[in-house]
Amino acid sequence: MSWIFAHFDALRDSMRRLLQQPFATALNVAVFGIALALPCGFYIALDNVARFSRELTSEPQLSLFLTVNADASDVKAVEQRLTRHPAVLEFRFVDRSTALKDLKRASGMSDVLSELESNPLPHAFVVAGRSADPDLLEALRDEASRWPKVEHVQLDSEWARKLDAALKIGRMLVTLLGVLLSFALVAVTFNTIRLQILTRHDEIEVSKLIGATNHFIRRPFLYLGGLQGLLGGFGAWLIVAIAVRMLNHELASFGGLFGMSPSLGHMTLQQITVLMALAALIGWLGAWMSVSRHLWHMDPR
Amino acid sequence: MITVSHVSKRYPGGYEALRNVSLRVEPGEMVFVTGHSGAGKSTLLKLVGGIERPSSGSVVINGKNITSMGRASLPFLRRNFGFIFQDHKLLFDRSVYSNAALPLIISGFPRREIARRVRAALDKVGLLDRERARPVALSGGEQQRLCIARAIVNRPAILLADEPTGNLDAAYAAEIITMFKAFNQVGVTVVIATHDVAMIDELGARTVQLDHGAIAS
Ligand SMILES: Nc1ncnc2c1ncn2[C@@H]1O[C@H](COP(=O)(O)OP(=O)(O)OP(=O)(O)O)[C@@H](O)[C@H]1O
Ligand SMILES: [Mg+2]
Repeated sequence: MSWIFAHFDALRDSMRRLLQQPFATALNVAVFGIALALPCGFYIALDNVARFSRELTSEPQLSLFLTVNADASDVKAVEQRLTRHPAVLEFRFVDRSTALKDLKRASGMSDVLSELESNPLPHAFVVAGRSADPDLLEALRDEASRWPKVEHVQLDSEWARKLDAALKIGRMLVTLLGVLLSFALVAVTFNTIRLQILTRHDEIEVSKLIGATNHFIRRPFLYLGGLQGLLGGFGAWLIVAIAVRMLNHELASFGGLFGMSPSLGHMTLQQITVLMALAALIGWLGAWMSVSRHLWHMDPR
Repeated sequence: MITVSHVSKRYPGGYEALRNVSLRVEPGEMVFVTGHSGAGKSTLLKLVGGIERPSSGSVVINGKNITSMGRASLPFLRRNFGFIFQDHKLLFDRSVYSNAALPLIISGFPRREIARRVRAALDKVGLLDRERARPVALSGGEQQRLCIARAIVNRPAILLADEPTGNLDAAYAAEIITMFKAFNQVGVTVVIATHDVAMIDELGARTVQLDHGAIAS
C-alpha cells in the first residue's frame, strides 16, 4: 500500500511545485501547447481536406469510351462484360448520338457541330464501382481498357487520387514536424527540470546519502515533467479547438452566400487522447533524462 | 559487524586519504576514531557507510562485502546505518519534523508510523516542542541533536557519527555523549569520529587513532 501513497505524495508534491511558480509553469505550458498545436493543427486540416475529397468522390466512377467504329454487337459485348464484372456496381450506356445532342445543347456550339459530316463522339458507358478503393478502380480501368473496341477508360476520381498522394506527403511532413518538435520539447523539459534539480540539489544529495534509491529521487521530477507535458497537451488541444471554431464561424458566413454549410471537424476523442499521452510522454522522457544525468554524476566511484 | 581490511582510499586528484587501514568492530561495541584534521576520519566513516568506495581492500558489513556491491544495492545498504554528517546536511527549507522524517519517507513507511517514530526520535533528543521550526531557528547544539534524531529515527543497528560534538561547548557536548551512551547500552553499535579528547576520556571506550591516513596505535 505504501508505494501507492509514495506515488500520490510525489504527484501532490509536483502539483504544488507547479503552482508555486505559476508564471514559469504557464510559460512552459504555453511553449508545449504552441509547439504541439502546430502539427496537430496541420494534421486536422489535412484530415478535413481528406474528408471533403471523400465526400466529393463518394460515387466512384469510370467513363468507358468505345472506338468510333464500334457497332451494336460490340456495345452488347462490353455490356455483358460489365454485367458480369464483380467490381461493377451499376452502369449506364450513353449512346453516341444522344451524347452529341447533349453536347450541342450544353455547349451552344450546335452550328459548328452540325457542320460535321459524321458524329465524332464514341459510344460510352458510365460505370459505378462497387467500392471507392482506388486500387480496385484502377485495376478495373486497366482491365477494361484491354477489352476489344474499348478505346479509353477514364477514372473520374483521378484528381482525388492525386490529392490523396499530396495528402500523404502532407501527412509525412506533419509527422516529421511533429517528431522534430517533440525532440525540441524533450530538450526544453530537460532544461526546465534541470533547473528544478539544481534548486533542490541539497535535498537530492541528502536523500541519496541516507538511502534513497534513484527511483525515489526521480519520481517527483518524472511527475513534474509528465504533468507539465499533459498540461501542454491540453493547451495544444485548446488552441486547435479555438482555431477550428473561429474558422468554422468564418466558413459559415462565407458558405451562407453560396447556400452551403461547410464546417471543419474538431479533433476526435481518440486523437485528443493520443495527443495528451504523447505530450505527457515527452515531458516524462525529458525529466527522466535530466534526472538520470544528474544522478549519474552523483554516484560514488 | 564491521570488518575493514587493508583499505586504501585515493580521491580523484590523487590524494591518498587512507593507507592500508584495517579495523574490526563487534556488534554492540562503541569505538572512537581520532586523529588530526585531515587524518582520514571522515573518509573511514564514509567507506563504512557505503558513501564512498575504497580504492583497494574490502569493507564487510554483517557478513556482506559492500565493496563489490552494485550501484542499485547501495541505497538499501545505507538504510542500515544512522549517519551523522560532519557538515550536518540538514535541509533548511524544511521543518524540523520533515528533516527527521526523511529517512522514513525514503524507506516508504506509512504516514502514521512515520509520525509516531519521528515524535519518539525528537522526544529522545529533546526537540519535540520544536518540530515546526526551521533548522535555521535552532542553535548549533539543537541542530546537532536534530542530526541525531534523523540518524536514529530508522532505528539503525549501527550509528556512524562524524564529529557529533564539533563546535559545541562542554555542557552541550556532555549531553550528546550521554545520548550515545544510552544508544550503545540498548545494543546499537556506535562508531564516532572525533578529536574531542574529553569525550573519549569520559566514556573510556576503544579508540582507533589515525595519522595521515594510517592506523597509528
Ligand atoms: N572528496 C574529496 N576529494 C578529494 N580529497 C578529499 C575529499 N574528501 C577528503 N579529501 C582529502 O582527504 C583527506 C582526509 O580527509 P577527511 O575528511 O577524511 O579528514 P578528517 O580526518 O575527517 O579531517 P577533519 O578532522 O578536518 O574532519 C584530506 O586531506 C582531504 O583533503
Ligand atoms: Mg572529518
